[in-house]
Amino acid sequence: MNNSVRKKAPFGAALDNTTSLFAAAAIGLMTTFAAPSEAQAQDSSVKVGFVTFLSGSAAGPFGVPARNAAELMIEAINAGAVPGPYNTAGIGGSMIDPIFVDENSKQKNADYLKLVEKDGVEMIIGYVSSGSCKAIAPEAEKAERLTILFDCGTPQIFEEIVTDPKYTFRTGGHATMDSVAAARYLVATGAPAGTIAGINQNYAFGQDNWRDFSGTMAQLSSDTEIATEQFPKIHSGQYGSEISALLTSTPDVVHSSFWGGDLEAFIIQGSARGIFERSKVILSAGETAMHRLGAQMPDGTIIGARGPHGDLAPDSELNSWFRKAYFDRFGTLPTYPSYKMAQALLGVKAAADKAGSSDQDAIIGALTGLEWEGPSGTVSMALANGHQAIQGTAYGTYKYDKDTSSATLVDIIHFPAECVNPPAGANSIDWINGGFEGAKCD
Amino acid sequence: MIKNLDRTEIGLLIALPILIIIAFILPKWLVNYVHVSMGTGLVALGVMIQMRAGLVSFGQGLYFCVGGYAAGMMAKFYGITDFFVLLAVGILAALVLSALLGFLLRRYREIFFAMLSLALSMILFGMLSSVEELGSTDGFNLPTASYLGWSPTGETAQLTLYTLTCIIAIGCAIALNRFLKSPIGYINEAIRENELRVEYLGTSAHKAVHITYVLAAVVSAIGGVLWALPLGHVDPEMTNWTTSGQFVFVSILSGTGNIIAPMIGTFLLEIVRVYAVEISPNTWQMILGTVMLLTIIFLPKGLWSLITRKKKATRDDGASAPIAGE
Amino acid sequence: MLTAVAIAVDGLGFAAWLFLSSVGLTLIYGVMRILNMAHGGFYALGAYSSAWAIGLYTATGSTVAFTFLLIPLAALIAGVIAGLVVERGILRFMYGRDEVLMVLVTYAIFLILEDATKLIWGTDSYVAWQPAFYFGTVEVFGIPYTVYKFLIIGTAIAVGLALFYALNRTRIGKLLLVVIEDREISGALGINVTLFFTATFVLGAVLGALGGAITAPEISVSPGIGAEIIVLSFAVIVIGGMGSIGGAMLGALIVGFARAASVHLYPPAELFSIYLVMAAVLAVKPYGLFALAESRKI
Repeated sequence: MNNSVRKKAPFGAALDNTTSLFAAAAIGLMTTFAAPSEAQAQDSSVKVGFVTFLSGSAAGPFGVPARNAAELMIEAINAGAVPGPYNTAGIGGSMIDPIFVDENSKQKNADYLKLVEKDGVEMIIGYVSSGSCKAIAPEAEKAERLTILFDCGTPQIFEEIVTDPKYTFRTGGHATMDSVAAARYLVATGAPAGTIAGINQNYAFGQDNWRDFSGTMAQLSSDTEIATEQFPKIHSGQYGSEISALLTSTPDVVHSSFWGGDLEAFIIQGSARGIFERSKVILSAGETAMHRLGAQMPDGTIIGARGPHGDLAPDSELNSWFRKAYFDRFGTLPTYPSYKMAQALLGVKAAADKAGSSDQDAIIGALTGLEWEGPSGTVSMALANGHQAIQGTAYGTYKYDKDTSSATLVDIIHFPAECVNPPAGANSIDWINGGFEGAKCD
Repeated sequence: MIKNLDRTEIGLLIALPILIIIAFILPKWLVNYVHVSMGTGLVALGVMIQMRAGLVSFGQGLYFCVGGYAAGMMAKFYGITDFFVLLAVGILAALVLSALLGFLLRRYREIFFAMLSLALSMILFGMLSSVEELGSTDGFNLPTASYLGWSPTGETAQLTLYTLTCIIAIGCAIALNRFLKSPIGYINEAIRENELRVEYLGTSAHKAVHITYVLAAVVSAIGGVLWALPLGHVDPEMTNWTTSGQFVFVSILSGTGNIIAPMIGTFLLEIVRVYAVEISPNTWQMILGTVMLLTIIFLPKGLWSLITRKKKATRDDGASAPIAGE
Repeated sequence: MLTAVAIAVDGLGFAAWLFLSSVGLTLIYGVMRILNMAHGGFYALGAYSSAWAIGLYTATGSTVAFTFLLIPLAALIAGVIAGLVVERGILRFMYGRDEVLMVLVTYAIFLILEDATKLIWGTDSYVAWQPAFYFGTVEVFGIPYTVYKFLIIGTAIAVGLALFYALNRTRIGKLLLVVIEDREISGALGINVTLFFTATFVLGAVLGALGGAITAPEISVSPGIGAEIIVLSFAVIVIGGMGSIGGAMLGALIVGFARAASVHLYPPAELFSIYLVMAAVLAVKPYGLFALAESRKI
């Protein structure tokens, strides 16, 4: 095929050199790439694309733990080594053949289509950032390929962007419940909350979290005042001024949705200067940092895991197996991104096994409205016509056990899904500001 | 008419149908990279024409973003989906902004031009990142474009958009080629060589720089609209310095020798990245960095020198590609 | 009043960090006319090696006091190795090339360093908080500050003074100024220009690594910290005037106070306060505050 292109020389010579070279280079290049991907999946395997951050600042806290969990789960699923109802090999009888792609790219959509068309994946599981999800969800509907968003938090995906999803699913709860549950936990534990302050990263996720948290607080205890609202740049790592501002404004409660390196830096810098003693601090994504920091995380900090993951996960055979397998392989306990990835993969397996096939349409049919058990408990695809998962969540209070040198959570409170999530069809902000209509908190 | 065209322009005109035909021959995923590369390639082109005057814009993402956002906001708030209106709005927004900022920037050269343009683009980044109505850092989505009342869907929509993108991109390239061959284009090269002499000769360097700046802004905004529409999404990342940096790197890598170089360079770099990710998803940056380094070592005048060098072997046509900003 | 004190101390603390993180950049630019994007890579290397060394050392349970020796030592080793490899291995073949091209070269090196760091230390973050807690806190008007913060401020002042002294009062420094003034003539006078270039680059790399190493105990050292520092340190040295040590100090102070003031008075502006300052300064002083007048060639 390449030869035929090269033979076009007479055609090129008649033209300007520039053009011929350009054309030949372009066509030559493309024919090389155009060669059909030979590895047309054998019948017994199903290609799955995994897109998470493998470079940049979101890689360490989110992307890589998620990729690790994916590798672990794929091996276990293919070997039929997952306990419980998942002990059959493969999904719907087919082995998972993964392709990993870095989400840290400026051409996410083109990368997505490359996975679909060149690599011929049957489905794509991925996307940590809400920005990616917003761009990918419509693309998935256009490309008509099953796409499972496993982590990103923005409620807009099915509320505004893809209102009638066919190919897009999200197997994790959205971010509203993190903030609503944080406020409910605070009220339930009876901590003084006369003045609240926030320190959240200045980007969509941080802004949304603070808006939902302060909104919920205003609903739950009407005399709450805001002491200060800090929005440092994401990944700035230096929070000296912000901590001073938090110290001088003397709030009862400090709320933060920091994650990753920023979270750890804030805990180190804040605990050194006593902010955790002066105010009650809520870290809605604190679970990723607690085992890493150990004694450095001050006792009494309220910790969330963006869902009932990690240390907040219920005791079950599946969960103990997952924790042990992950620890044995990677030397650390799995954090919530790992749980969410495992949850997504088990959802796919449950759907494929139920349908008895790994075909896209079969999986879509079975996954819609499905309820399954993940390592963090029951997940049900209850919203957005069965495409958006809801899940309860939980918060706990940090306690460092000096005798065993281990990080633990005490006073854990579980919140049922209906308590912290808006009902189907309701917009998250309106639901909060309207006083949580229809919320069931037993 | 044809007589007035130079070789590059003839080349571009011939490339146009080839580009369009490509959409029917090549696999769709590759056409996709060609498509988005035309959008970002236009911005690299904007960077390149400023480089001809010795100005390195480390904030060209500003206009890339202004174009995309202007079009997007038109669609979001006024429900307008017509391709031509959106494009016009993007152009207009960039035109007004750059004409104003040009008064400030035209006084700057070298690294100070680079850093001031960077600062301005980052101020926009900061502002967009705090506007909740525009989705903050997550950005917002654009609808599928319509064309003078005709609203195609699916495959047809993609092909229409692709064809129009090809035509506009090639049109811009031809127009800019004309610009480089115009008096101001040559004044720019003189400014790069020695600005003081230009002033002594009685020409206003400031004016030439201002016009070049506005032109680059408009082309970048067109690039922004053409990039945002197939993607259906804009976010402030478009005006982050890392994005602007990439445009500069593409321009240097491709060479400033020819108007087509940045467009091809954009595409090639994209493909290198895609394959680097495929070969080694965890260390693709290392591969990309190595490729860039090797290109600079062996092709100091950019990728385009491969072609000019070959040309020289066949016929000695004098004017070789000047090095960026020397 | 309390706010004013907080702004002053916070601003100073942030400025000290900025100065330490950007002085190597301005030194290399001043001498070699290379805008070194790989600087972010050196910063990250310094931070990683310091955090890693502190972690290994404290795991033995020995006294924390010695970690204060480990920090400069880690920076020195990381900076010298990385600086030598980059300068001898790559950059020396590129001298005399266009300034813009050198930006691209150093960016490519930065990309490679980023992944090299990842290959050596993985993607998990490193925390080495022990030195930051060792001396406890002092209260300034009732606001607790870590003593470590004041150590950083002290280090920044010491580094600034030492560089100033070395450049202006020592024989080597004066020779270096000659090299900056005119490479060719100084070569003709028998000055070993190549040696000066190598030494400057390695010193710049060590300073970059020191910036990272000294910050490491306060932060979580994770992938991507190098990229953050690049554009910030660019802003600092552009405001002060490229290539000037005093300029970097002044630039750091201005940016530091501007950021502290916005955090305390109007938090939403924090995101772009630095760029706003940069645009404002450049609008008034197009070549930065400390730039020397350069003769224009006719």
